[in-house]
Amino acid sequence: MKNNYTRWQLTFLVALRFLIGWHLLYEGVAKLLNPQWSSVGFLKESQWILSGFADWVVTNPNILSTVDFLNTWGLIAIGLGLILGMFFRVAAVSGFVLLVVYYLNCPPLVGIEYSLPADGNNLIVNKTLIEAFALAVLALFPTGSILGLDALLGRFTIKKEEK
Amino acid sequence: MSDKKTDQGALQQENTGLNRDMKRRTVLKAMAGLPVLGLFGVGLLNKRDYDLSKKSSIIKDLGLDSLELPKSDYGQKKSQGELIRVGFIGFGTRGRQLSNALGFMHPDDVKTRQQKNTLNSWLEQEYLDVAITGICDVFDNHAENGLATAGNYTRPGGETAPKLPVKRYRTYQEMLADKEIDAVIIATPDHHHARIATDAAKAGKHIYCEKSAALHEAELNELYETVKNSPVVFQLGHQIPQSVVFQQAKEIVKKNILGKITLIETTSNRNSANGAWVRHLDAKGNLKPGDETVIDWKQWLGAAPEVPFSVERFYNWTKWFDYDSGMIGQLFTHEFDAVNQLLRVGIPKSVVSSGGVYYWKDGREMPDSLHCVFEYPEKELTLMYSGNLASSRSRGRVFMGHDASMELGNNVIIHADSGSTRYREQIKSGAIDTGSPLLTYNPASQQIDAVSSASEKYYASRGLTTTTLNGRAVDVTHLHLREWLNCIRNGGTTSANIDMAFEEGITCIMAHRSYVEKRRMEWDEVNRRIV
Repeated sequence: MKNNYTRWQLTFLVALRFLIGWHLLYEGVAKLLNPQWSSVGFLKESQWILSGFADWVVTNPNILSTVDFLNTWGLIAIGLGLILGMFFRVAAVSGFVLLVVYYLNCPPLVGIEYSLPADGNNLIVNKTLIEAFALAVLALFPTGSILGLDALLGRFTIKKEEK
Repeated sequence: MSDKKTDQGALQQENTGLNRDMKRRTVLKAMAGLPVLGLFGVGLLNKRDYDLSKKSSIIKDLGLDSLELPKSDYGQKKSQGELIRVGFIGFGTRGRQLSNALGFMHPDDVKTRQQKNTLNSWLEQEYLDVAITGICDVFDNHAENGLATAGNYTRPGGETAPKLPVKRYRTYQEMLADKEIDAVIIATPDHHHARIATDAAKAGKHIYCEKSAALHEAELNELYETVKNSPVVFQLGHQIPQSVVFQQAKEIVKKNILGKITLIETTSNRNSANGAWVRHLDAKGNLKPGDETVIDWKQWLGAAPEVPFSVERFYNWTKWFDYDSGMIGQLFTHEFDAVNQLLRVGIPKSVVSSGGVYYWKDGREMPDSLHCVFEYPEKELTLMYSGNLASSRSRGRVFMGHDASMELGNNVIIHADSGSTRYREQIKSGAIDTGSPLLTYNPASQQIDAVSSASEKYYASRGLTTTTLNGRAVDVTHLHLREWLNCIRNGGTTSANIDMAFEEGITCIMAHRSYVEKRRMEWDEVNRRIV
């Protein structure tokens, strides 16, 4: 891939990629390592437009365990994709969608109160939403094929096509 | 799309004669994420080592690594044994609840549960191989509710249950004389308990008696002697010790995690008309049904002084000294049972009570604010009770030891004490933080959690209504009845047996008399009487 970024642009785009990747990967791994973890606690807090969905998940044990599984492994896959620069766009866009879903379950809107303590002081905007949009920006300014395994993957597919 | 284009560009560059060196640089660049992943791995291993060592050191230090929870055989499908024919004496609100716990439900309640979508969880309750074959209530409406409940086959084991006739008895003596009844559940107002239970023991019927066992010392002594000298199985209606959480607390006390306990504080708080025993009005504020044509008032009074019929007395009997001992009999009994089951404190040396009618000024005798201090000089501890019916602030039940305190409710939360001798080193090194729970016990996971996360700490402070057995929510009263029935079939001792009931009864009578007589009551251990 031709690198149109300046040295500083590339440095900070890749650094941001590593940081978000690290965060999501650890969120996934931590859930995997804690056998008691379940999304019930989070989903029970759901109050806005997705509260119906959250209720449905919580009251169906099979669906709940599927959601738990997909959430854990989804986070791990997205985290690895971001750090390694592998299927980078897919990872960044999936991460964006997942984080927006988190946000929509518990948005810090005026008049909605949660029983779990919030991280910092938030009004409409919180860190989850910011992280989601940072991922959207990363998807639009991809670096996976410059500093990442996508550089090799792209190469193989093109070579195959040539044959 | 644009990725592909640029990749093609890169390929062309390579094809137009780029050397191996360039290729290697591309590969190296592609691997840029690997060192980050390596760092992540190192960080993760460090974190995990730290968590595990912290958790295991605290749990090991406390001797909780070898902690064994009693395995429950709950949920078996096989028959429990011979069918036991049960008679209900008293079928009011509590009687109805007990019938649910026993595996029977009134058709109206079945409908309500269907609408609320909670019927199935009740139907999954273990079938106890019992039949309700007798109902005795002085109020026709209650008796009819009982008959409808006993005859309703929508229940656990309903398809296989033998269809036995249900008989209504006009007096409890008639029921006790009937050979077709094996055991009785006494859920009348409290002033009947001792007399009926004593007569039941004499008639050879097994007894499940709601608290309080007795209101007066003489009748308690008679009940104790009679049950002690008869083969019947006696269970007092306390469900708290059936909770899995309670078993856990027992282990924690046994392992001496708390150090020397010198103070136990028990409380109850309610703040509603119903909670203050104003129960003669329905939801719309109309007088509930009942007059002398459908209530046998003379029988209802029993040995109590004769007064003209009163719907208020009939429904709100807890407000008068003739029928009850108020918060002591209704609420403190549970507290005392919890403490006595855990520490077996027995009868106190002395009791002082104080309180008054400060809020519910409706002509009642019973105090709505009451505080009792029970001294155990030989056990070197004080038990306190404080109850209030005009504030619902929850104050919990706390066991205070030199090294840690334990709050025991629907979960167990233990805080190390900042002045602890035993944990001094760990507190100094920061391994134990006195500001957050040292241990919590989450009944749903059946695991002790020493390093709880913020949200787990939060949930630990919230209550649960039932206990969890083998992954299922189970009604604790159901377990209490089940224990009683198991003892009838297989022998063994019930947890709230006659000895426990006697200790509790004496303690409560002392506390109540102290309030009424405005003096300190003492227990004469030698002559076994209250002075």
